[in-house]
Order: sequence, then C-alpha cells, then structure tokens
Amino acid sequence: MRARVYIMPKKDVLDPQGKAIEHSLHALGYTEARDVHLGKYVDLNLEGVDRQAAERRTDEMCRKLLANGVIEDYRFEIEE
Amino acid sequence: MRWGVVTFPGSNDDHDALYVVDHVLGEDAVSLWHKDRDLKGVDCVILPGGFSYGDYLRCGAMARFSPIMESVVEFAHAGGLVLGICNGFQVLCEAGLLPGALIRNRGLQFVCTRVHVRLEETETPFTCRCTRGEILTIPIKHGEGCYIADAVTLDRLENNHQVVLRYVDTSGRATAEANPNGSLNNIAGIVNEQRNVFGLMPHPEHATEKLLGGEDGLKLFQSLVAAHGEGAQRRVAALAPGH
Repeated sequence: MRARVYIMPKKDVLDPQGKAIEHSLHALGYTEARDVHLGKYVDLNLEGVDRQAAERRTDEMCRKLLANGVIEDYRFEIEE
Repeated sequence: MRWGVVTFPGSNDDHDALYVVDHVLGEDAVSLWHKDRDLKGVDCVILPGGFSYGDYLRCGAMARFSPIMESVVEFAHAGGLVLGICNGFQVLCEAGLLPGALIRNRGLQFVCTRVHVRLEETETPFTCRCTRGEILTIPIKHGEGCYIADAVTLDRLENNHQVVLRYVDTSGRATAEANPNGSLNNIAGIVNEQRNVFGLMPHPEHATEKLLGGEDGLKLFQSLVAAHGEGAQRRVAALAPGH
C-alpha cells in the first residue's frame, strides 16, 4: 500500500509563503494567480497492511505527527 | 534550586542556559539528554533554543516525541516548572503543554535583533520579581516565531491573563511596527492555565550580563529562584506544627 499525504495551512491561518509566491507570480505576469498556498506532500509505503488498516493508520500518523491540527489541514490517498 | 537543561540533537542554546544557572545565578545545573527519561530530581526544566531535529517537518514536532519529553510532560502535569525558550516554546506548543502554534515570521525573514517586551503578568513563578508594565530589552533570533491561535483560544489567553510578554515600542505601545514576526496581539510569551509552564520567543539567557549588552533577562531566572524558595517555605510551614 502507498499513502500520499497532502498537508496545507488552514484557510484562516496566515500563510506568508503563499502570499510571497503569489506576489512573485504576479511580478512574472501571471496576474490570474489567486489564493496561492504552500503546503507539504508526504509519500510513504505501508508494508503488510490491508487498505482499511492503511487508511486508519495513515489518519493516525497525520493527527499525531505529520500535521499540526492547530495550523494545518490534511488529506490523503491510499493506493494499492 | 536544581535546574535541568534538555539537549536535543540540534539544540544550540543549551550551554548558554547551563552557564546562566551555574555561573550567573550560582545554582545547581544539570544537563538532560533527549534519549533519557530521568529528570535527575530537578525543580525546573529548561527547553533551550536551537533547531531540534533540524526543524524537520515543523519546528519542535520531532522533539516532542523524544523520551525525555514524556518525563517533561508528566513533570509539567504534576506542577513542575518548565521554561521553553524559542525552540523550547515551539516544542511546548507541539507537545500540547501550551496552546497555539508558532509559524513562519510574517516578513519571511529570520530576525536577529534586540526587542522591547512589556511585562504583562507578575502572578507567575517566572515573573514574580518583575514589575507589571516594565519594559525589558531582550534579544530574539528566529525564523518561526509568529504566534497564532484560534479566536477562542486567544480570548481565553487574554481573559485568563496568560499573556506574559508582548512586543512593544520604546514607549510601551504594542504597535504593528514593534511586532517583529506578526504574532497575534503582539504575543511574545505565554503561560499555561496552571501558570507553571512558560514559553517565550525572546532569549532571556542572552541578556543576563552587562558584557552581553543587558541584564533584563536575569529577572526571569531570579523570579524562578525566588518562587522556588517561597514554595519551599510554604511547604515547611504547612508541615509545622505537630510534624
């Protein structure tokens, strides 16, 4: 099983990096760019677990370590 | 009073803290290793500044799961004194001992400068020898020091008088210009509800001798010594008479 985890700053949390990237894109002429946010992507293999366990355990990993619920939201995909 | 300073891989102000306790305060200082669980009978734990675990994932996120932190969390829940400086503050937030989080500075720049902070609360063991409203000049040096929390948490912090230090200008006003990192409400340091855990971004251990440009940080350490002494006296008084 393979998990792809996407972690993004919460909507109402200040994202200075996203803002700076947006400014740079505008400076390059990509004025259509809006709501730019920078997050993290974590890719991992899960050995010896079925899909149900993979989902449950990946969710646990996100809550315990990969994301900080105070400032970040996460979502993940499980692939066989 | 016995002080313990935790060393995580990547801590770099641990020896500065040990130096202050040992050489400046003249108190008993012991080093605590992140892989150990034994707090060696200390009265106060310092989580020092630095870049524990290379700031990988998020500042303080990895340190939180080191063996020593299990003991520190237990110690804090039992009322033990814990002081988190800079990276130590980040670790305390990640460990859930303090509310909120510290994110990238609003200006995206690493800031290394002296700031003015207003002392908001003296009803804590960390500030009992200070005067409410006094302005301390203490260095900061961080890239992720922007304190944030949701509106409910922020209200609770303010209403419970848990905001201990606020960035201000020289005349004591908490302006946007005086805020070096974009922290909500200009927050530079907070205590937990029980007031035995204190996290702050400024470095009081780097402001304890005139040679280093100022001694304002020393007041926080001296407060802890005084609070510990008074606590010991109260415990003795509670025992007598008849014991």
